[in-house]
Amino acid sequence: MLAKASDKWVWIVAGLLLVLLILIPFKWFLGPYTNLMIFIAIYTMVTLGLCLLMGYSGQVSLGQAAFFGIGAYFSAILSKTYGVNPWLAMLLGATATGAFAYVIGIPIFRLRGNYLAMATLGLGIIIYILFRQLGQYTGGPDGMAGIPYLSVGGFAFNTAFRRYFLIWGFCLASLLVSQRIVNSRTGRALRAIHGSEPAAESVGISVSFYKVKIFVLSAVLSSLAGSLYVHHLRFVSPQSFDFLASVVIVVMAAIGGLASIWGAIFGAAAIRILGDEILPRFENLSLLKSWDLDYLNIIVYGLLLIVVMVFMPQGLFVGMRDAFERWRLKHAQREAVT
Amino acid sequence: MSLDQFLQYLVSGLSQGSIYALVGLGFTLIYAVTKIINFAQGEFVMLGGMLSFVLMESAGIPMVPALLLSIIIAVVIGAIMYLLAIRSAKKASEVSLIIITIGAAILIRGIAGEVWGVDAVRPPFFTGEKSISFFGALIHPQALWIVGTTLMITILLHLFLSHTMLGKALKASSINPEAAKLVGIDTRAMGLVAFVLAAALGAIGGVVMAPLTLTSYQVGVMLGLKGFVAASIGGFMSPIATVIGGILLGVVESLAVGVDWGPFTSAYKDAIALVILLAILLIRAGRLAAEERGS
Repeated sequence: MLAKASDKWVWIVAGLLLVLLILIPFKWFLGPYTNLMIFIAIYTMVTLGLCLLMGYSGQVSLGQAAFFGIGAYFSAILSKTYGVNPWLAMLLGATATGAFAYVIGIPIFRLRGNYLAMATLGLGIIIYILFRQLGQYTGGPDGMAGIPYLSVGGFAFNTAFRRYFLIWGFCLASLLVSQRIVNSRTGRALRAIHGSEPAAESVGISVSFYKVKIFVLSAVLSSLAGSLYVHHLRFVSPQSFDFLASVVIVVMAAIGGLASIWGAIFGAAAIRILGDEILPRFENLSLLKSWDLDYLNIIVYGLLLIVVMVFMPQGLFVGMRDAFERWRLKHAQREAVT
Repeated sequence: MSLDQFLQYLVSGLSQGSIYALVGLGFTLIYAVTKIINFAQGEFVMLGGMLSFVLMESAGIPMVPALLLSIIIAVVIGAIMYLLAIRSAKKASEVSLIIITIGAAILIRGIAGEVWGVDAVRPPFFTGEKSISFFGALIHPQALWIVGTTLMITILLHLFLSHTMLGKALKASSINPEAAKLVGIDTRAMGLVAFVLAAALGAIGGVVMAPLTLTSYQVGVMLGLKGFVAASIGGFMSPIATVIGGILLGVVESLAVGVDWGPFTSAYKDAIALVILLAILLIRAGRLAAEERGS
């Protein structure tokens, strides 16, 4: 009875949120925040992959920005330099990134913990160096501009308003697909692995296969997000995919919570809103007048990572949700007693 | 490559490799005692170099006290990091600890950028810059300082670990923490000692390196990674193996740039170390997994 009632509430809240999401880009509502919301959707897709990887395999990747970047450059180079259809370029990018993650994932996921983190960090930086150095394709450190818009038939996604719906559509689809995967056989296998690897292995679950599978999923999601990113900005440069970019994704995942699909939106939104809207306001405070925003961001990320991991190792969103659940349970018990 | 060119690259590789060795020693020490990889290790090299510049150039403190003070400040920061961030996360998982040390790394880096700005700086040379000729290769006196300091530190560290009570306690708690506790060693205090020593090693590296290679707020990540490569070449085992690993890496990097062919150009210098890192990790993957299962 209780479960059904709360189910109904979940649907109502979800419906309201969806209506809100649809209304946001309209000028008379929250139109000025359309760009911010687009970035939240893009980073949600990247964060989602890392949340799943961290939550279900108990491993962290410090090179997720590389996959984001491979998708971005695939789309940019194929669609601009070689005139390939942008949708096809996106598909090719996602396929190539997935294949790359699979090939590299098989040996790399024989490592665990610290060593895996270092390996992914090294891999991410190698790819960043390639983006910078392969100037004849990537435009080098200056990047490349003038990337075409996505379009369907004669309808071009050439305004932020149009791209908002396109990119959020991709984002929500990614969330739903991930939700399905988590609730499927694969998800159960992953949960078993997270519980105890030897136990999972002994009931016939191939631990490394599932870890690589989730790694590939995270890479494909990041690659798609990267393609959407370049067709939105129409510009790409290596700085968006450096070591710090990978750390920012880790910050978003830590805020959103490991193993939490909907937490990814929360993590991406919290960090983007903090970086784009909240911290710039602090810059005008007399106390911080001479402070440089770039470093202020980094300092806040560092503090967030430490504080969240020390006090809520499951992530801020999940930590708060669990605290709420505990509170509700206590409340319900008290009611039952009286 | 002619012989004197070869010698030149060898010499610069030796001095660069010595820095990697010092950073690597920090990794090895902390890992041995706490089983933590400290992703902020490179930041202490940055702190050492930047602090020595600021203390000498901006505060006008004479060289020797300025160098000592730089190392002391870095050590205090290392201790604070351990006590506030690492120790308070008592039962944190490995992934949480990785993320915490990354948080500490970018926190230190962000504050350094905020306070000192982006410019690369060069603290004064220890003993001038009149190069010494050696079989046609020119050796910068600062390079001698770097290599000499690393040699001395390695010997001192070895003596410390094998001949002092504190050093032996440190070694004991890395070999068998439970048994160490039983004989009355405060293993948690040993974690602090390891972090403090590692911070000092990093800062010493930064202090001797900065006059020759310049330094800025952002050098930490790459130096940290290369120190980690040094420690992994040495297998995270003995300090000596780590030092050899660091010097090997420095020489390979330097010679690869000297060859100047195909991917072996200065543009890809950093990538070489990372490819070596991946290769080592993957080759050792099986053994590392077995080690973890054993522990």
